[in-house]
Amino acid sequence: MLDIKGLAVKLEEEDKQILKGVDLSVEAGSVHAIMGPNGSGKSTLSYVLSGRDGYEVTGGSALLEGEDLLDMDPEERAAAGLFLAFQYPVEIPGVGNMTFLRTAMNAQRKARGEEEISAGDFLKLIRAKAKELKIDADMLKRPVNVGFSGGEKKRNEILQMAMLEPKMCILDETDSGLDVDAMKLVSEGVNALRDAGRGFLVITHYQRLLDHIAPDVVHIMADGRIVKSGGPELALEVEKNGYADILTEVA
Amino acid sequence: MAAPAQKQDPTEARLEGLTLPDGAAWAREAREAALGRVRAMGLPTRRDEYWRYTDPATLTQAAAPRAAVFKPTDEVPLFQGVDRLKVVFIDGVFSPEKSDDLAMAGLEIDRLQDALAKDIHWAKDLYGTRETAGQDPVARPLAALNTAFATDGIVIRATGKAEKPVELIYLHRDETSDAILHHLVRVEPGAEVTVLEVGPAAARFNKCMEIDVADTGAFHHVRAQGRDHERRAVTHMFARVGKEALYKSFTTTANGVMTRNEHVIEIAGDRATAHVAGAALGDGHYGKFHHDDTVFITHDAVDCESRQVFKKVLRNGAEGVFQGKILVKEGAQKTDGYQISQSLLLDDDSSFQAKPELEIYADDVICSHGSTTGAIDETALFYLRSRGVPTDEATDLLTLAFLAEAIDEIADEALREDVAARLREWLERRRRG
Repeated sequence: MLDIKGLAVKLEEEDKQILKGVDLSVEAGSVHAIMGPNGSGKSTLSYVLSGRDGYEVTGGSALLEGEDLLDMDPEERAAAGLFLAFQYPVEIPGVGNMTFLRTAMNAQRKARGEEEISAGDFLKLIRAKAKELKIDADMLKRPVNVGFSGGEKKRNEILQMAMLEPKMCILDETDSGLDVDAMKLVSEGVNALRDAGRGFLVITHYQRLLDHIAPDVVHIMADGRIVKSGGPELALEVEKNGYADILTEVA
Repeated sequence: MAAPAQKQDPTEARLEGLTLPDGAAWAREAREAALGRVRAMGLPTRRDEYWRYTDPATLTQAAAPRAAVFKPTDEVPLFQGVDRLKVVFIDGVFSPEKSDDLAMAGLEIDRLQDALAKDIHWAKDLYGTRETAGQDPVARPLAALNTAFATDGIVIRATGKAEKPVELIYLHRDETSDAILHHLVRVEPGAEVTVLEVGPAAARFNKCMEIDVADTGAFHHVRAQGRDHERRAVTHMFARVGKEALYKSFTTTANGVMTRNEHVIEIAGDRATAHVAGAALGDGHYGKFHHDDTVFITHDAVDCESRQVFKKVLRNGAEGVFQGKILVKEGAQKTDGYQISQSLLLDDDSSFQAKPELEIYADDVICSHGSTTGAIDETALFYLRSRGVPTDEATDLLTLAFLAEAIDEIADEALREDVAARLREWLERRRRG
């Protein structure tokens, strides 16, 4: 599904290399987790994959189902099936949540040469999905993320994911700012989307999210590289001993 | 008093081609007095402080500069779904054939020249009165010129709640038309009327509306200035708002070489409300775009509220201007005055100049003003793109969101939806090219 080879990235504005050759393959149907200390490059990886400005790719490649992601605009990546759940979802005053989602959905369909969704079908779909995530009608009507609590913002991200049905989902520290109940809701939302045709990359600091979203593979990232990969037990090891042991071991 | 020497010749050059229309003695007197004011003030030039950001040359020159007639083939008239009384002007001349009967329960409607021909008419107390009052402390010679020479217009007296809005439809057919229209609106105590204005009107348009909202009356105004790229307009709204009365005005503008919209509002009765808003979409791609909103609100009563909300989206070298003043007179306690003027510049070629002013002589007031100029929010833009919305469509979505605060000032939901939909269509059409 997602194949990253030797991905090297520096900041556009300054001479600072952030990613120093990331190798990672996420197969369809699997959930991969990336853990790592602050500043290891986890979030940069998610931004670069989604096409955010400010980064310069200096080497390597990233393919989504064989297509070169790095060559596409952010909206093309979305239409191709990539979705990033933001660590800090953006507030957009004046744009209603429903308008936002419907515009996004239809833009993706248009880009793929599909029919636009009718207003009626859209309403039915969003009501059903919102209910599962305990998102009420008021939240759907309000401007995108404006006045939402931390938990509401993250649930709203998952709602977008559920509506857009991407092939490859990247969750960037979706657990940050969530209480136990919100974490459970968000995880259930993600688990409901687990599917043989869909890949997940879950970026997190802590093991606790992985209690709810059980990963198939866990990677440890440090200083711009994946330094260790393993099964779910690797996350437990981090939780118990911190990163220090692992980093010493691979150094 | 005569105008400064350097203004006399250009002023006389403009006056040369104009004749004072006939009318009843009182009307003739009002027009001659207005002509006297024009001569005393002289027509404005760029050197006047009040015209620092907008060059009035094409508004004051003798002949109207040519303006091509814009013929959108795919555009339905605005407010078509709204039941309203249509009053049509073609190049500034009332068209009885195209207009509805000037009759509606709760309203008395006359053509301006008919009212001004009568020895006894309620218009006598209003014609030129608000305009004259509005000349102090800032001269507005183009409004006095209008009072002197207006050739047509409509006078409306609301005696009850009007059952539907009155729409003034301004068609532009002649590339050299130079129209001067003057309207009067008197809202009697407890009465309510909505006046809509739509269309480019003429190659050059000088419009003046004098409004007197009596105690507990309500006046609503929604205007969409025409899309003609080359049209020019100077408009004045002079209003007096009585006790517990409401004055609400919204204008949307897209295109136009030159637009100067002035609002001069005197809040004269306690617990009165005056809201003025504007949403402008300027695109220099279709030719020069210059849009100036100039507002002067005077608080002269207790416990009143005023609000100015002006938003402009400018691209491809479009120019925006805002001059807004709140004057709180001595004794106008408990005044709540709010003013915001913001522009969204979509490129480096466009510009926005703002001059917000507060002058307060009462000590128990809340007045705030803010003015911002900014580019599109890149973070929001990326968020939208990451969800699959292409850059231009995302920009339009953010543009409409930016204008929303001004559009929300329209009280009536159907009218508000119609204006919002129209702005959305304009942007979509522009995107399709």
